[in-house]
Amino acid sequence: MRKFLFQGLLRWPLTELAPAADDAAVAELAAALAKASRRRLGRSLSIREVDAGSCNGCELEIHALGNAFYDLERFGLRFVASPRHADVLLVTGPVTKNMREALERTYAATPDPKWVVAVGDCAFDGGVFAGGYACVGAVSDVIPVDLHIRGCPPDPVALLQGLIALVERRR
Amino acid sequence: MISLRATMRGGRRIERSRPWPRHVINQTGWLRAIREISKGHGDMLGLWSDGADVHMLMLDHESSDIGIVTLECPNGRFPSVGHMHPPASRLERAIRDIYGLGADGSSDLRKWLDHGRWGVRRPGAKPEPSEASGDAYAFLVAEGAPLHQIPVGPVHAGIIEPGHFRFSANGEVVVRLEERLGYVHKGIEQLMVDGPLDRAARLAGRVSGDSTVAYALAFANAVESALEIEIPQRALYLRALMAELERLANHIGDIGAICNDASFSLMHTHCAILRERVLRASQLCFGHRLMMDRIVPGGVASDLTMEGAVALHALLSGAKKIIPRFIELYGDTTSIQDRTVGTGRLRSELAKQYGCGGVIGRSSGRSFDARRHPGYAPYPELSFKVGSAHAGDVDARVWVRFDEIRASFGLIEQILDKMQEGSIRIESLPAPSETCEGAALIEGFRGDIFAWVRLDAAGAVQRCHLRDPSWFQWPLLEAVIEGNIVADFPLCNKSFNCSYSGHDL
Repeated sequence: MRKFLFQGLLRWPLTELAPAADDAAVAELAAALAKASRRRLGRSLSIREVDAGSCNGCELEIHALGNAFYDLERFGLRFVASPRHADVLLVTGPVTKNMREALERTYAATPDPKWVVAVGDCAFDGGVFAGGYACVGAVSDVIPVDLHIRGCPPDPVALLQGLIALVERRR
Repeated sequence: MISLRATMRGGRRIERSRPWPRHVINQTGWLRAIREISKGHGDMLGLWSDGADVHMLMLDHESSDIGIVTLECPNGRFPSVGHMHPPASRLERAIRDIYGLGADGSSDLRKWLDHGRWGVRRPGAKPEPSEASGDAYAFLVAEGAPLHQIPVGPVHAGIIEPGHFRFSANGEVVVRLEERLGYVHKGIEQLMVDGPLDRAARLAGRVSGDSTVAYALAFANAVESALEIEIPQRALYLRALMAELERLANHIGDIGAICNDASFSLMHTHCAILRERVLRASQLCFGHRLMMDRIVPGGVASDLTMEGAVALHALLSGAKKIIPRFIELYGDTTSIQDRTVGTGRLRSELAKQYGCGGVIGRSSGRSFDARRHPGYAPYPELSFKVGSAHAGDVDARVWVRFDEIRASFGLIEQILDKMQEGSIRIESLPAPSETCEGAALIEGFRGDIFAWVRLDAAGAVQRCHLRDPSWFQWPLLEAVIEGNIVADFPLCNKSFNCSYSGHDL
């Protein structure tokens, strides 16, 4: 164990430069974020991830945001275990009908001001699962969405661009 | 006495079912098959329906033969398998929810995937509109004065999939865990019905995102068996390469995640770095970090470039140096061993009874690996050692993962060595001209994935069934947590790492 710890002191960090905020995301957000809420929350956000029926692909990439290359927490963004502690809900999946109520209740449990980021093509419009008996479709059909990050799944850089836009625009 | 093999080969044989024969048997044969399975003379590897009949995939231990038996259900009922062989119970409940076929003699009549939210009952056959306000669910009881219940989910605290766990605990000790799943049911099998092959292949690749390669491979192999086509040699090797990269990424991530659940974050951090390197190499080689949609019926969609091969060699040489250090870090840190050794022990009899595959089965003495048996190209041409252990605890499941990581290193090297130049895809698949069926068993990182497909004369998907290894693992998680403390549940759960999406489908 000592070797690993020493190495951590001697080597350069693996963490990479932050990508620029995604322009489309910035435009979508400008309307969503009121000045007042920016003042109240500063540049730090607590995120609650909600899987509303995804295939787990989006979760894998959201997980990757925490590794040393992307190091999400340096931007003041962190994942929390309860919606009661969250400012942002990060929602994935085509919202299965079996998850609809859980998503609504999670949204209701999140204190204001709050934002919803829909992650992945399924969360945008149901993706490949649209049209079946078991899925609602878009997250925005169930709760209001402030930002979409597209992709199947979006890679960590795309996720970072969207999330950075969220904090940067709130200065 | 009539053997299981004879039962599997009795009745009327269906033409054009490949690679394994399918026999339509009568009720007596069906009951005999159940009895033989429940005595442990064979494994039940799958139980599914196409709306009219029920099918059972079986492996006979004596001959190692695999076969499918079918029972016609003109009255909408069939003799319960779960009644004598509990691993079938949830599959039967799912069949009832989707197709309305009831299992006679079944002791569990509760719904499983149908939560009363779809606005329709029996969506797979004769759908009927219904209320969508949600059904009540009766959890099994655990009674006694000091017991209390801990409900968890469906929205969990981590970045994971949704499902509900109901713990009954005596102080810190869990006396019963009951799972309720189905929250991420997307109706994938019905979405495939009457659709074109490429759409079905995309759906198969999204049954469980972490196993997208394995599912796409299982679906493609089943389709190719049905159509009786052989794909180019290079495509076979590229498929195996992707499958091993997927296995590596998942096993490395899992070891880190297990350690993280005991707050051993140093291991987690380093595993996450190595996992990211595998994903980046995959992106460079195949243009997608998880390699989604790269395996298609007829071959593969993207070829390995020289640049990609160089990146893989670099990844391997780095990973082969660091893995022994991970092993040392895990093996020499007594505080993590204190949490994993003896925790969540799965008895070998249970693993055997449930036909439990993957790391979980192999950590409890069940050596089944679909790459070995039934085996599929190119694995018979490659040499590798399947991991194994007998302790059946969380610790054993970590060590078997390390074994499999090393085996994958060796496999990737052999694949890069042996792969010949050539085409990677059959451009246009032949139309079958009449209905045909194909099946495949593929070893994903979780265990054996079963795919079965029936194509119509035009080559469209008439029916498809995909069975995740988790069906035979989730029930065992309930068994291993018994007598452990609540705080050890995350360790047990992560060391199983069952799929919600793959199970709920």
